[in-house]
Amino acid sequence: MNRRVSLIKNLDWITIMLYAMLVFLGWINIYAAVYNEDHQSIFDATQRYGKQLIWIGAAFFIAIIILTIESKFYSAFAYPTLILMVVLLLAVLVFGVKVNGARSWFQLGTIRFQPAEFAKFATNLAIARYLSQHNFKIHKIKSLFITGLILFTPAVLILMQNDTGSALVYSIFVLVLYREGLSGFVLFLALLAAIFFVLTLIYSSFTVAILIIAIAAVSLKMIGVQVKQIVIAFGILAGSFGTLWLINKGTDLQLENFSLVVIAILLNTIPFLVHIYRQKITKAAMVLLMVIGSLFYTFSVSYIFNKILEPHHQKRINELLGIQSDPYGAGYNVNQSKIAIGSGGFSGKGFLNGTQTKFNFVPEQSTDFIFCTVGEEWGFLGSGVVLLLLLGLILRLLFLAERQRSSFSRIYGYGVAAILFFHIAINVGMTIGLAPVIGIPLPFFSYGGSSLWSFTILLFIFLRLDANRLELLR
Amino acid sequence: MNNYSNRRFIIGGIFAFVILIFLIRLFNIQIVNDQYKLSAESNSQRRVTQYAARGLIYDRNGELLVYNQAAYDIMIIPRQVKIFDTLDFCNLLGIEKEDVIKRIRKAKKYSRYRSSIFMKQISSERYAVLQEKLYKFPGFFVQTRTLRKYPHHNAAHTLGYLGEVNDKHIKRDKYYSKGDYIGKSGLENTYESVLRGAKGLKVYWVDVYNRIKGSFHDGDLDKNAVEGQNITTTLDITLQEYGEKLMQNKKGGIVAIEPNTGEILVKLSSPGYDPEMFVGRAMSENYRELANNDTLRPLFDRSMMATYAPGSIFKLVQALIALQEGIITPHTRFKCHNGYHVGRFTQKCHHHKSPLDLKESIQHSCNAYYAQTFRNILDAPRFGSVSESYTNWRRHITSFGFGGRLGTDLPSELTGFIPKASYHAKQLKTKNWKSLNIVSMAIGQGPLLITPLQMANMVSCIANRGYYYIPHIVKSIGDDGIIDPKFLEKQQTTIDPKYFEPVIDGMDLVVHGEDGTGRSAAIKDIRVCGKTGTVENPHGDDHSVFVAFAPRENPKIAIVVYVENGVWGSRYAAPISGLMIEKYLKGKISKNKKYLEKRMLDADLIHIEKDKEE
Repeated sequence: MNRRVSLIKNLDWITIMLYAMLVFLGWINIYAAVYNEDHQSIFDATQRYGKQLIWIGAAFFIAIIILTIESKFYSAFAYPTLILMVVLLLAVLVFGVKVNGARSWFQLGTIRFQPAEFAKFATNLAIARYLSQHNFKIHKIKSLFITGLILFTPAVLILMQNDTGSALVYSIFVLVLYREGLSGFVLFLALLAAIFFVLTLIYSSFTVAILIIAIAAVSLKMIGVQVKQIVIAFGILAGSFGTLWLINKGTDLQLENFSLVVIAILLNTIPFLVHIYRQKITKAAMVLLMVIGSLFYTFSVSYIFNKILEPHHQKRINELLGIQSDPYGAGYNVNQSKIAIGSGGFSGKGFLNGTQTKFNFVPEQSTDFIFCTVGEEWGFLGSGVVLLLLLGLILRLLFLAERQRSSFSRIYGYGVAAILFFHIAINVGMTIGLAPVIGIPLPFFSYGGSSLWSFTILLFIFLRLDANRLELLR
Repeated sequence: MNNYSNRRFIIGGIFAFVILIFLIRLFNIQIVNDQYKLSAESNSQRRVTQYAARGLIYDRNGELLVYNQAAYDIMIIPRQVKIFDTLDFCNLLGIEKEDVIKRIRKAKKYSRYRSSIFMKQISSERYAVLQEKLYKFPGFFVQTRTLRKYPHHNAAHTLGYLGEVNDKHIKRDKYYSKGDYIGKSGLENTYESVLRGAKGLKVYWVDVYNRIKGSFHDGDLDKNAVEGQNITTTLDITLQEYGEKLMQNKKGGIVAIEPNTGEILVKLSSPGYDPEMFVGRAMSENYRELANNDTLRPLFDRSMMATYAPGSIFKLVQALIALQEGIITPHTRFKCHNGYHVGRFTQKCHHHKSPLDLKESIQHSCNAYYAQTFRNILDAPRFGSVSESYTNWRRHITSFGFGGRLGTDLPSELTGFIPKASYHAKQLKTKNWKSLNIVSMAIGQGPLLITPLQMANMVSCIANRGYYYIPHIVKSIGDDGIIDPKFLEKQQTTIDPKYFEPVIDGMDLVVHGEDGTGRSAAIKDIRVCGKTGTVENPHGDDHSVFVAFAPRENPKIAIVVYVENGVWGSRYAAPISGLMIEKYLKGKISKNKKYLEKRMLDADLIHIEKDKEE
């Protein structure tokens, strides 16, 4: 009895309240999204809202089970759970059924089940377990390798199911790693990579190359290289480039300007390095290395984008970046979604009064684009409240994570917050045209048993760990 | 315990930053930017098309041929439908309950919020009753449409029919939108832009439940419908009707033209169909039935699209050309011993006196005479070679409107075929082909193909002694009465007017001569000039053809009657022509010809032929 009382007392009821509110709002909005005059009862189990209510009931039941399990169990069984999930992910590749082009579902009678959803908490458990080991040092090659193995195994398997969205979720663990000591430089590099990626696609590789060289010049000045030397170095570069350009014009090589820049730099690399060695300005070598690395990256981006990505992915990215506009083709969903949300105005059209969402203008109304219904019927106020509730939840989770004595619990908590954040950022960002259209659900809102249950499990394991925070120290 | 706990602020900061960006974006698209609201607003208008009444069509005497009848489409907006008395509703519309449920389901599948057609084209009687009770059935309303209606059930090919526009029409002309009707054939097609008028538009505000809340922007966007213009045709519907009766149970066509204007009095193709069959709901089914399952091809307009060999009527033009070219004079005589013999070649002829002159050659339709004449035309030394002579001959022929489209104002007119000299060279595989090689063309056989309309036009030329007006079907359009000026231009043939009288003498003898081939076309007190033709048909009985004009002086009507498998020109085509001319010029059939009329009406060439086959 005592144990149960202390469990209830130690549970973080704020999080549970936020969870319950979000689930409730999700259900209400699913009702509005697929509202059906013939089936007006929100409890009608033949409709999605009726079904969602069943999923919600089951989710509460799951939550209670999770809370009654001893918290040691979760760390003890972290690896077996992951292995089980990997087996399921492998099995779904063989026995799964295809839905919307992704082979990621098991079909049992009328019920479908998506193992990718459940792989998230399993991976999170395993990461927490591994990172919390005493001998774990993040910058050791072996540690990085095993961390990578834990993250990439499920991600690659999910990618093989053709479910890109769910696979990309694993990239967000970089935040968890950062919290556990990964160099901030990695985050910075990731940010820079993203910026160069966008710039390469919007402008040309050549423009980005010029930008990289300009940044290099500023960096050289900042590390204390004399202006005169910088000018001479860039003069040499410009001269080489000019010569190459003339040769290119005069002959039949037809190289792109970007290639000319790369060749110019590579030709001068050895003389520059010799000069750097003589002048003992080793930091400049780093800059040179960075320049070459960035150029290589820029080249890869345009190569990968044009040669490796599939046309529909290219289109979605082009649409997002405004390179191509095709409001009735690739951009249809996003355009209609923006119209629906935009037409909501300040306070919305009112519950069940949305016209855009009702006309089925926006596809995937109750699943991936559920935020449209919120935006249209509840306006800026409603969508703002929902966003703030979601932000409140993930910030609360950060707070809870930081108060853990056990690093296993803390890392797991960060994982939960990061996964939720990624879903929110991509899902909401997609509905308002700030992120590419990647089909991943909005936590607690989107219709579907698998996703609701997986987020519930993810969250409540953490709440269980949190309830035990005072008892054990691992 | 951990050196990195301050990083929580950076991570929390990233979370908050992203959400902040989202909030700014939401603020921008939901409050600052109007564009999205306007896009949504376009969904909250209801644009109701005001359909224009289509122009009416009259015959030459002001008799109404085509008018409009209001039809009522019952529309449904599924979302607004409340529980209603199904039994009452079913009785009103005369449909079953299951049908109602099925239709509602179909409409729901399309959209719950937008109107769609629940039931097409209910009758005005049903509508009258329904209108009173419509308030009992929320979610249903009525949209008025017009359908074509035909007081006379004739001239279907000429009038044409309407059909729903397809994607191609919409693409080609922005005026049309889905569900509109467009003239698909006949007059409805050629004069579509005149007849259709212009659609109007009314724009209403609707609320989220699609209920009308008033005029949009005080009616600024509204546009009134403009009625289509009326058309008066050149048809004589009484004569047309009579012709269709005479041609019942026969395959073929009749074209009658007023020679001094080119106005088409009658244009029919038999078997035809009732224009009412292509109106409204039954259309698609009837169309399928007629197009696919009827071996007699009633949709095929034989008057303009059937190309036949002209047969003996072609001798008239041959004679005219020979006269023009100075090959013969009216008094030139040729012998005929039951045919035309050259070496081992024989062109057969039937028994008649010999030798004979020009008018007698027409009267007896002598093959030998024309074989000789045609060869003389081609072998004349004037042009140096047969090929050159032939080209000159062809120039004369085409001046009668053969071998090309006449340019009438009806769609789907075919050209027929008058081969060029090069055609023969190719067929005969030599450039030095001889006149004898194509001698069958002398009597209208061989590769020649001519439509009944062209035959009628040829008679028109003869009746006019040397010129024609392009045959046309519309006499005046709208209030101004303007028609295409090309129909008012005289088209000259290459034949001098003075050469026509001898040929017309011959045609006179055909009808009035002692043993003329067209005596059955004779009419008391009226001088009818005609020519029979019997066209060899390798597939069955020969075709019977007769051309005529009357009266001899100041002709009022030029006519061709073509009866497929009618065996002799004199058997069916000549008497039918006579009856048609008499009906037109006298208004009734004289007593002594009643037996002939009855025989023509009773004649059945279709079912006999079928019996034979079985």
